[in-house]
Amino acid sequence: MPHDHPEHSHTGMSPSGHPYRADNDEPLSYWQTMEIAMRELLIEKGETTAEEIARQIEAMDARSPADGAAVVARAWSDPAFKSRLLADAGAASREMGFDIGALQLIAVENTADTHNVVVCTLCSCYPRNLLGLPPDWYKSRAYRSRVVKTPRAVLREFGLDLPEDVTVRVHDSTADMRYIVLPARPEGTEGLDESALAELVSRDSMIGTGVPRTPE
Amino acid sequence: MAERVRVKAMMPPGHVRTPAYLRGKTGVIERRLGAFGNPEELAYGRKADRRELLRVRFDMAEVWGEDAERPGDTLDAEIFAHWLEKAD
Repeated sequence: MPHDHPEHSHTGMSPSGHPYRADNDEPLSYWQTMEIAMRELLIEKGETTAEEIARQIEAMDARSPADGAAVVARAWSDPAFKSRLLADAGAASREMGFDIGALQLIAVENTADTHNVVVCTLCSCYPRNLLGLPPDWYKSRAYRSRVVKTPRAVLREFGLDLPEDVTVRVHDSTADMRYIVLPARPEGTEGLDESALAELVSRDSMIGTGVPRTPE
Repeated sequence: MAERVRVKAMMPPGHVRTPAYLRGKTGVIERRLGAFGNPEELAYGRKADRRELLRVRFDMAEVWGEDAERPGDTLDAEIFAHWLEKAD
């Protein structure tokens, strides 16, 4: 608690008792300098414009797990779409109108006896063009190194305790493919339409570190 | 019958997309993905030839031995064909 220690000096602390974040006055790193130089050159040479770059950043930031959730909900509702999704998840997502660029996507299906979970041990590969930016923990060394060796222990930390008779399949995104988990449709959702179903699909359920919410 | 392959246990320098923890391990081909630019060349801005990429499925017991949480759980990874050799 911030105010448990009245004798403690709050000099330099925020009203909530936490240190203020330092200004980033340190010099640019090599890569930051290179990015700025490259961007300015591309603009100077007329290859792109500052406005176009800003629009692209906005487009990337606008992508969110809701896009993936819509794809999952469609697969739950439409068996023919689900077959197409499992055959080529990129094509199925484009068919729904999602502009996912050159993304090569594989959907892996959770069933009563199989649970899938996705990682990138080498860096931070993630289906950003469909799900938006990955959570910070996805890029952490702890998640990347542990989920390939002790996936059950890691999933328990996420609150998911899988029975012994369920096979765990870990998918390491080592090269050109990206992965989305098609979670199992929760029970008690028979009457729900696609948009109500999509509300149940969490980001973590599409990474495999969670399962969909159940209806209230 | 699933085709069994072993990841070559080589340790070349450079930008390599074959995780060290799978080198020397044997698995089965889960699916063939087609040809992709060789990342070992692309990473250096060189003209890259296209190499076949495969998904290989490993049993956790093969990868981690007795430390595996549950044999029968699996690890799938994409491995380029030039990193694979036939296993019997």
